Amino acid sequence: MENLKQLVQDGLAAVANADNLQALDHIRVEYLGKKGAITQQAKTLGKLSSEERPAAGQKINDAKGQVEQAINARRSDLERIAIEAKLARESIDVTLPGRGQELGGLHPVTRTLQRIEDFFASAGYSVEQGPEIEDDYHNFEALNIPGHHPARAMHDTFYFNPGTLLRTHTSPVQIRTMEAGKPPFRMICPGRVYRCDSDMTHTPMFHQVEGLLIEKNVSFADLKSTVEAFLRVFFERDLKVRFRPSYFPFTEPSAEVDIEWGRETDGSIKWLEVMGCGMVHPKVFEHCGIDAEEYRGFAFGMGVERLAMLRYGVNDLRMFFENDLRFLRQFR
Amino acid sequence: MKFSEQWLREWVNPALSSQQLMDQITMAGLEVDGFEPVAGKFTGIIVGEVLSVEAHPDADKLRVCQVSNGSTQVQVVCGAPNVRTGIKVPFAELGAVLPGDFNIKKAKLRGQPSVGMLCSGAELGLSENHDGILELPANAPVGTSFADYLQLNDITIDVDLTPNRADCLSIKGLAREVGVLNSLPLNAPSIQKVAATHSDVPDVRVEAPAGCPRYLGRILRNVDLTAQSPLWLQEKLRRSGIRSIDAAVDVTNYILLEQGQPMHAFDRAEIDGGIVVRMARPEEKLVLLDGQEVTLTEQTLVIADHSKPIAIAGVMGGEHSGVSPKTRDLVLESAYFDPITLAGKARHYGLHTDASHRFERGVDYNLARDALERATELLVSIVGGEPGEIVDVTSTEHLPKPISIVLREKRLADVLGLAIANAKVEDILTRLGLAIEEKSGSGWKVSAPSFRPDITIEEDLIEEVGRIYGYNNLPVTEPTGSLGLRPKAEDTRPLSAIRNYFVANGYQEAITYSFVDPKIQELVDPQNEGIALANPISADLSVMRTTLWSGLLKTVAHNQNRQQPRIRLFESGLRFVKEGERILQQPMLAGVVTGNQNPENWVNGRRHADFFDVKGELESLFRLLGVTVEFRTGKHPALHPGQTAELLRDGQPVGWLGTLHPQVQKNLELNGTVIMFELFLNSIVTGYVPNFKDFSKFPEVRRDLAIIIGSDVKFADVERVATHHAGEHLNALRAFDVYQGESLGKGESEGNRSLALSLFWQHPQRTLTEDEVHGLFNGVIEALKAELGATLRS
Repeated sequence: MENLKQLVQDGLAAVANADNLQALDHIRVEYLGKKGAITQQAKTLGKLSSEERPAAGQKINDAKGQVEQAINARRSDLERIAIEAKLARESIDVTLPGRGQELGGLHPVTRTLQRIEDFFASAGYSVEQGPEIEDDYHNFEALNIPGHHPARAMHDTFYFNPGTLLRTHTSPVQIRTMEAGKPPFRMICPGRVYRCDSDMTHTPMFHQVEGLLIEKNVSFADLKSTVEAFLRVFFERDLKVRFRPSYFPFTEPSAEVDIEWGRETDGSIKWLEVMGCGMVHPKVFEHCGIDAEEYRGFAFGMGVERLAMLRYGVNDLRMFFENDLRFLRQFR
Repeated sequence: MKFSEQWLREWVNPALSSQQLMDQITMAGLEVDGFEPVAGKFTGIIVGEVLSVEAHPDADKLRVCQVSNGSTQVQVVCGAPNVRTGIKVPFAELGAVLPGDFNIKKAKLRGQPSVGMLCSGAELGLSENHDGILELPANAPVGTSFADYLQLNDITIDVDLTPNRADCLSIKGLAREVGVLNSLPLNAPSIQKVAATHSDVPDVRVEAPAGCPRYLGRILRNVDLTAQSPLWLQEKLRRSGIRSIDAAVDVTNYILLEQGQPMHAFDRAEIDGGIVVRMARPEEKLVLLDGQEVTLTEQTLVIADHSKPIAIAGVMGGEHSGVSPKTRDLVLESAYFDPITLAGKARHYGLHTDASHRFERGVDYNLARDALERATELLVSIVGGEPGEIVDVTSTEHLPKPISIVLREKRLADVLGLAIANAKVEDILTRLGLAIEEKSGSGWKVSAPSFRPDITIEEDLIEEVGRIYGYNNLPVTEPTGSLGLRPKAEDTRPLSAIRNYFVANGYQEAITYSFVDPKIQELVDPQNEGIALANPISADLSVMRTTLWSGLLKTVAHNQNRQQPRIRLFESGLRFVKEGERILQQPMLAGVVTGNQNPENWVNGRRHADFFDVKGELESLFRLLGVTVEFRTGKHPALHPGQTAELLRDGQPVGWLGTLHPQVQKNLELNGTVIMFELFLNSIVTGYVPNFKDFSKFPEVRRDLAIIIGSDVKFADVERVATHHAGEHLNALRAFDVYQGESLGKGESEGNRSLALSLFWQHPQRTLTEDEVHGLFNGVIEALKAELGATLRS
């Protein structure tokens, strides 16, 4: 039993000196394993009287416990140190740039169209599409623009032959949708339109969104609220909106819509024309087989590039169709 | 239309500033486009008188003049060819400042002292005329301020009139509108009947009364067309944007501006017999006033004499019958032409004149006589002459008929969203010149004046009431109505989801023109003929695209030329192809990729994007859309013959993927290989709604094999054969290595391509035994050997 104390002391010293997990495990086997030095001490118990045995056994167990505890403590120390070393080895420069694909982007016209579509979809408008090569009837005639009408001169039309043309506005989609369905209607028609005109402020192709609402009881006052709400939502500003009498063959009364856009040098409001609108003309109802006494409607139309230019500060319309990546990348 | 504010104010003069007046008419629907001062900015200019002119002793082109300012006399050296003794001129005295901050100082010209300057119209910002000094009327008061004398404190206002407001294409019409807006009466000049001094009248025969319901003519004998128009008349024309030509033309233009009635003056000596208003005969020719010869069509209304056309009615007169300084006798024309007959005629001949602009939109059909009387009076006061009687050929049945229009009180309130008081409605209608014929409890019956041909239906009246009441005074209310829920198919993805997918994969969306260069079109899609525009804006935008590649490849070139080597673009939109007589307008989705697959980074990233990068991106897209698409070896003229896949869904073509053909790439001057694809959008957007199936809880077993196959054997063949022989419990088959090259050698195998595959098996109800898997695996190997000539790689 003399040597038990010594063994424990030696064991504890060895544990304290162990500098890795393998060495520690080796010490465990050496002292506490089946043939370990302390375990072996149990063999001496047979030489003792039955009275002495329990106390001696207890001592051996205590000794085992003492060394085992030390080993466990040392093990967690060593494990912690090992993890810390591993972490230190694995540290990286997080300020280096990431890798992989970079993000592309939507064209600013699409971005603008999607915003417009979202606003109107949330108010129950459907989004309708139609052909871009149109016939004269849907582009003009059905919209109360007969062949002799001076308003035809307002539309510089691209023709394929005398009856076939590139649509000059998206209104023909409204006609087609009305022909195919029954009122009431709430729709917007976004898309490409074409005019034979090209200079600083005109491109031969551009985008429009035209809207149409047909109900039994709708008025110019309702049109005003719709247009005003849209413009304020679009520009995210409580801007002033005014309605200026104008003329479109397919609406009456008709109005141009101006928004407040800064101040003139004399301090008065600077107005900017952004949309056209009006109450659906009875002739249009007639062409679509809708009773103008039973239903009334309003329509509005806007140029998407113009709204995008104002919203994003783009100063040259032509950039939209050059598709220069240095331009496009600014809108992702 | 351009007009002088001062001229308008002679007719009606509301207590408004210029700006307020312009704002007011803009808000009434007569949009003011802009304005400009009628003269440049200057000070110190007075009316001077040239007292004497002597030759300059040392210069041929200069003259030494003595000029009076009314009180003193100074010497001025002048180079103008028209300077002569006795004329009155604008005189810039010492200290005057001309437009452009040009100061008048004492000077010596070739040794002769000069104190001040005699001014041309151009120097004062009055005209383009640099030819000589501006000559003022003999009665101009010497010494008075030139600006006061010509009343130059005036602006030219440019108003952009909508086509319905033909009535405002004159000072009279604009004044009428301003009068309505301010409840002011008009100060119109009184028009007197000019007494005839002889009985000589033009012989007028109207053979086309539908096109010309009213034709008035009058002869003016013994005029002197060398007499100049007075300065005040020239000024009014100038401030309205019209150049002074000669007295006869100036007066007809003046009447056009003031009254809105286009007129014409013919030289009577050039008229053979008499005037015939008729439709042109086939192949008739006429040389117009602007010098161009036109071949007339039978749809064109002309003014003719007994042997030839002498004018296109309501558009432009002929050169031959036009007036000249030698003209002795005039025939003045004042007519009403039918707008529909004239519509588009000017444009047909490439013309647009002040007259055609008005006649096409509708001139007051009761105006012709007043206009002719006023023109006669004015013209006689300038060029003298003896007026004859007016010949009036009117076909009442062809004139527009005044119509009664019912305006319902309820309809008015329903459309505008506001019940306007009846008294207010009546006031507005009356001010506009509409006659209230009848009043009832439910509304009014009114008729429009002859100067408002645009008012024919109830809506026209509602618009007029709303306009004068003020759109911005109408209320603002929310629309009400049923909000039915709309169906939305879950198996169909919106285009926006596809766009967002490409954006997330590094593609930039482009929008290119739908019309393209036929040369590019022919290169990238020679099988389809681009539909040609009859009137393209330019040759390189003249045919409709049959593939979106035309625009995208042009965009690649644009960006490569601007130092952008890495380009990933997509576009969606219609393509246009002919199918027999029909035109198909098909929504497409296309993309082009060139340059590195990823942006260059600090590990690698300089790998050029290849076919399989883009194929992988498309496969993911198809998974997103829930569609199964087969990539089959294909041929397309724009694509590399060895790197082209035709895409099929259920055996139907849905698009193409491939590498741009090197020859096409060279022709388009593009750098580097370009991978491109194009898909028929409608064929790929509809997938499926997920339907849950129980999945196996038992382990999956994997077996790998490497085989060598002939280079002509496709992976798709290997996949087909292996899948066929792998039994019903094969979960997946993947290729994890492909190698093709010299080291495979001939000794090793007949083929020269090595393919490594993994196969995955799983049973739904139990664990597969080793023997079962072994049996299936060997079956696959044997089938590959037997059917495809594969050999196992050791």
